[in-house]
Amino acid sequence: MADEIVELHDGTEDLVLVGIQRRGVQLADRIAQLIAEREGEPPRRGALDITLYRDDLQTVGPRPVVGPTDIPGDIDGARVVIVDDVLYTGRTVRAALDELADFGRPARIGLAVLIDRGGRELPIHADVVGKRVELRRDQRVDVLVNELDGQDSVVVVPKTAPPSDAGRAAGGSRAKKVPTPPGRRTAGEKSA
Amino acid sequence: MTSPLGKDLLALEPLTPEQIGLILDTAEPFKEISERAIKKVPTLRGSTIVNLFFEPSTRTRVSFEFAEKRLSADTVNVAASGSSVSKGETLVDTARNLEAMRIDMVVMRHGASGAAQFLAQRIESTVINAGDGTHEHPTQGLLDLLTLRDHFGDLRGLRVCIVGDVLHSRVARSNIWGLQKMGAEVAVCGPRSLLPNAIAEFGVTVFDRVEAAMEWAQALNVLRLQLERMTAGYIPSLREYNRVFGVTRERLERVDHDVLILHPGPMNRGVEIDSDVADGPHSVILNQVTNGVAIRMAVLYLLAGGRPELAETAKSTPGGER
Repeated sequence: MADEIVELHDGTEDLVLVGIQRRGVQLADRIAQLIAEREGEPPRRGALDITLYRDDLQTVGPRPVVGPTDIPGDIDGARVVIVDDVLYTGRTVRAALDELADFGRPARIGLAVLIDRGGRELPIHADVVGKRVELRRDQRVDVLVNELDGQDSVVVVPKTAPPSDAGRAAGGSRAKKVPTPPGRRTAGEKSA
Repeated sequence: MTSPLGKDLLALEPLTPEQIGLILDTAEPFKEISERAIKKVPTLRGSTIVNLFFEPSTRTRVSFEFAEKRLSADTVNVAASGSSVSKGETLVDTARNLEAMRIDMVVMRHGASGAAQFLAQRIESTVINAGDGTHEHPTQGLLDLLTLRDHFGDLRGLRVCIVGDVLHSRVARSNIWGLQKMGAEVAVCGPRSLLPNAIAEFGVTVFDRVEAAMEWAQALNVLRLQLERMTAGYIPSLREYNRVFGVTRERLERVDHDVLILHPGPMNRGVEIDSDVADGPHSVILNQVTNGVAIRMAVLYLLAGGRPELAETAKSTPGGER
């Protein structure tokens, strides 16, 4: 994924990786590390919390927790890549595009996701995808990252299952692993 | 409406430490929005908020209005003078008429203690207390907590002394409740004529000398002498008050540790606080003002609540995934 991002943008000049809270931020950090190892220079990184831009705030309750947003410096004319763990309906990406527009006018905005599970409700597609899976509506993908969850893995669980990060043991026993190496290595192998 | 705070925010006294902690934590990401070039997020788009101010206010009214506008709410300001209130309309009638125009929230300041609760029990809209008489001023208490937490990192065990006109101060009450719930130690200091008779029931230490309060405290919250509420002779003169209870540089320099200085404003410079303290290196008075906007955004966000019954019809977006 890291290589694809660099290739797509002709290098790392003016490149800004913006991770979506929460797991997207850690994935953006990892991709930035890989880019630094290969190209010698890490791209700028940012974090975006899209909660306040959600289109369903009137209907979700209680209020979701808002995480920090941190966009480094000026993004006018930059080439921004939004990084997230799972792409599903596309509504999060829509919110992220709106929020980025409040920070400036990038020359280009791209999208990189670890898992694309289909089921889009908006005309949004990813430029760089770690792994595509087709899932039913009653299933859910949870991406776990070492920094937050103590392990790197991608699991498919029933939609009604408790979040895998909270009940890791319970989730793990019932969960079916995606038949590829988990998390980080998915990204690493693809780019290698 | 399901809000983690309930329908209204009337006072800090009935809130749990968890609820206060939630408001403080929620305010953190809102600080950043006011630093952006475009200081606006679409969160409360379509919500209508009425700022109903029966008493004069600049800081609190402007702070609420900024918070509302930065969340994209539509706002209307009603001041008591020049409105139908001056023609004799009752508070409830005024509010019900506003509610008939389909509003979502009322932010109210009123000279009578308990006015916010009185209103909240009679209208369906969310009521936020922006100061009611000498009862409470919850958002001021919260922004003081946030400013103290910013500086000290943790409120537990923190020693805070409230200095001055505690008797007339809704800020003092909100501070005492809020600080105690968050685990801080609270003291008050002032002339006995400006302390409530039953001050001991608040569970606070009382200092009669401001020098002793400074020795004890890590932070002083200096209150304004509320001259407009003083109808009887509470103090001999402003000069004498300053001489005995004024927070001055000379007094602070005699203390061997740094003392953080807060003041809810507006200040009577040269009375309860000297200019070189108010503008000095340990003053966080303007940080309080900045934090006020973030706290009010957090309160509005949390109280606006979602309506899960609508979610039944909008099942297409499951939580967690996007």
